[in-house]
Amino acid sequence: MSKDIRIKRGLNINLVGAAEQTISKAVLSNVYAIDLNDFHGITPKMLLKEGAEVKAGEALFYNKNNEGMLFVSPVSGELIEIERGARRRILTLKILADKEQQQLEHGSLDVDKASADEIKSFLLKGGCWPFIKQRPYDIVADPSITPKAIFMSGYVTSPLAAELDFTLQGKEKELQAAVTALGKLTPGKVHVSVGKSSDSPLTALKGIELHKVSGPHPAGLVGTQINKIDPINKGERVWTVSPQDLVIIGELLVTGRFNPERIVALAGSSVKAPKYYKTKIGTEISTFLYASGVNGENFRVINGDVLTGSKSSQDGYLGFYNNTVTAIPEGDDYEFFGWNKPIFNKISTTRALTFSWLQPKKKYDLTTNTNGEHRAFVVTGQYEKVFPLDIYPMQLLKACMVKDLDEMEQLGLYEVAPEDFSLTEFICISKQPHQQIIREGLDLLYKEIG
Amino acid sequence: MHEIKLKYQGKKMAPAFNAFHTFLYAPNETTHAGGTHVKGADDLKRTMNTVIMALVPVLLFSFFNTGYQHYSAINGFPENFSVMEHFLTWDNFWLGLITVLPLVIVSYGVGLIVEFIFAVIKGHEVEEGYLVTGMLVPLIVPVDTPLWMLAVAVVFGVVIGKEVFGGTGMNILNPALTIRAFLFFAYPTWMSGDKVWVHGAKEGVTQAGSADAITGETILGYLAQNNETIVSSKFSLSDMFFGFIPGSVGETSTFLILLGGLFLIFSKIASWRIMVSAVIGSLVMGLIFNGVVDAGLIPEYSKFYGLMQFEFWKHLIVGGLAFGIVYMATDPVTGSQTTRGKWIYGFFIGFISVMIRVFNPGYPEGVFLAILLMNVFAPTIDHYVVRGNVKRRMKRLKNATIFPKDSEGKTAELQPETV
Repeated sequence: MSKDIRIKRGLNINLVGAAEQTISKAVLSNVYAIDLNDFHGITPKMLLKEGAEVKAGEALFYNKNNEGMLFVSPVSGELIEIERGARRRILTLKILADKEQQQLEHGSLDVDKASADEIKSFLLKGGCWPFIKQRPYDIVADPSITPKAIFMSGYVTSPLAAELDFTLQGKEKELQAAVTALGKLTPGKVHVSVGKSSDSPLTALKGIELHKVSGPHPAGLVGTQINKIDPINKGERVWTVSPQDLVIIGELLVTGRFNPERIVALAGSSVKAPKYYKTKIGTEISTFLYASGVNGENFRVINGDVLTGSKSSQDGYLGFYNNTVTAIPEGDDYEFFGWNKPIFNKISTTRALTFSWLQPKKKYDLTTNTNGEHRAFVVTGQYEKVFPLDIYPMQLLKACMVKDLDEMEQLGLYEVAPEDFSLTEFICISKQPHQQIIREGLDLLYKEIG
Repeated sequence: MHEIKLKYQGKKMAPAFNAFHTFLYAPNETTHAGGTHVKGADDLKRTMNTVIMALVPVLLFSFFNTGYQHYSAINGFPENFSVMEHFLTWDNFWLGLITVLPLVIVSYGVGLIVEFIFAVIKGHEVEEGYLVTGMLVPLIVPVDTPLWMLAVAVVFGVVIGKEVFGGTGMNILNPALTIRAFLFFAYPTWMSGDKVWVHGAKEGVTQAGSADAITGETILGYLAQNNETIVSSKFSLSDMFFGFIPGSVGETSTFLILLGGLFLIFSKIASWRIMVSAVIGSLVMGLIFNGVVDAGLIPEYSKFYGLMQFEFWKHLIVGGLAFGIVYMATDPVTGSQTTRGKWIYGFFIGFISVMIRVFNPGYPEGVFLAILLMNVFAPTIDHYVVRGNVKRRMKRLKNATIFPKDSEGKTAELQPETV
């Protein structure tokens, strides 16, 4: 059964440097790293000390608030560094990989017969639980709570992001195992979305509610789809999983091994030959970045896509949830009379001497320049044009800024994640940091209400 | 230049210097680590600049019209009026330039000084809001406004109308209209009546070949005195539409305002919803008044008769209504922020403008009062529009079956809270 979702309000950001659909194998990385910032809201408790030997799939640390939730190492090797920040908070764990990889075997689980509790504890123990995220609050799911439904978006509209239709090919078995298992964890439905004319392996899955989505970005964001399919109410929880992580979950269920292998899109205008690489979570980005070649010196490496990714460096590591690495030029130079010249080479939603409306299909080479300074909210009605959720975006942002909990609740903060505000942040004339404002709002709400 | 900027970084005068720097160069700022890594091309300066571009034709026109009105008042209106011969003349332009340009300079000079002082004291950047306000102010005052009055009003308007609320983006009232209102209420004898609208009338410049002083009555002024006959004899419909009539400096040419409005709508800077609904609002009110006259409910000697019988659609082409609708009502900060709110807000601006116009014969220009009034109500309108969204959410919540959480008790606990 399939239900169609059509999104009208939005904006596709067409950039040059989309990854070509060929897969190369990345060089094996010497050092792998787990960035603890990827797990928002988790307080880690280390299980191993610096210098300890670890197998691939063996736990490195657990969640202080839920001791069963293990976070595992992507490779076998030696834990060489626990990098700490202010107040001894753990920032990154680095593992020096062995030449001969040793894998921790969990033994497979028959998902058709297993009970919900068995599946839960299997995923927790196997290190796959952190792939499941929860809304509201956009954090790693709480295993003690039963979600209303589970959502997965296989439709990609984010600029330059990895095309899931392509990267998931041949993974039908793993995907089916994963959705069957997850389906047992909720009394509700498992909603899976794909593009309108997609040949994604997701379309063939059983035990799901399939949605065909069309429209401009943010139609592909799972938050948009939740809002259209079954919006979150206060007190409800839904889970979201990215389909690329379903593959890893599925493999753990089928083979009993935590296999962090992932097909990653390397994209962006600073990459000479943007394409896909087969690599592992936590790998050094340099292992494949230089294989494709880079243009110039002054560019930014982004862990993720240009709207929601996090800033990394050329010697950074692939994030836990990311299947896209983007490199675009830094825009740290001045532009003479940049504010009143006609603009042909940047994207704009207005026509104030900006001419991107003439060529909606043109691909742009954007830099990281902000194109203006931070200002108070002035212009109204702009965000609504690219924000398809049934929410007043500016009012919600303002409620978060003034920390008005009642307003935040009533205006629908439970329904959104920071990424839902990435497009409004992109077009924001006042250059306000929307995603940060929403993140802080969510954190406050979580702390106060939970 | 860039080095000086770095040198002054963090110092007290930095905002003042940065304002100049950022005027010349788009900044080298790059996106922050946590947010989007690319940004759209528009910034606030570009937005404001677009509005100013839409105002430039109006300003140029006002130069000519100031001169034209002045000389016509002295020598009588030319017969067989031709634009090239009588209007676009060097004499007209020169007189307009030397009377209007000082208003522009005072408005920008004084206003920006106040902005800079506040930016330095409070340590924030100089925001661009005043770029538009500073241009609007000289266009909405009568041409013979003394410069010192304007300066006082600008200080008042910027400080009380804007800075006390926290600067651009935080103000409740439109600063340009606050300035206009201040002028009107602080110096009523000067600002109203029939003298200030044409250059020279106040100083008693006499008509050519007679000892009578020239008069600078506006159309609305004549109508308020029930002098419909003078209006129809003196000003043709095309005069009104193209703006060859006395009035505040920049408000007269409905034609150029219309072009400016279309440009703002096309560039997606101003809200077409507010403009359209304000036009509808004023037409509705005008029709109601016309209806009252047609039904014979009001005697001819009534002091409202002149304005009430004025055909409803003509309200749009005389006085400042068109200017107010296009450039002032669409101010995003002080107007309604929600889509539905904009319709309501615009409608009432048009509606109340015409109402004030007719019922206040002492000063038949209602649009600035109407906009200020609706500025005050805009947050209330938005509040109820947003409540509509909240109500929908609450209703959804009430009908939802919330699945049990960790324990049975928590669901029960949640229910009463949400009703």
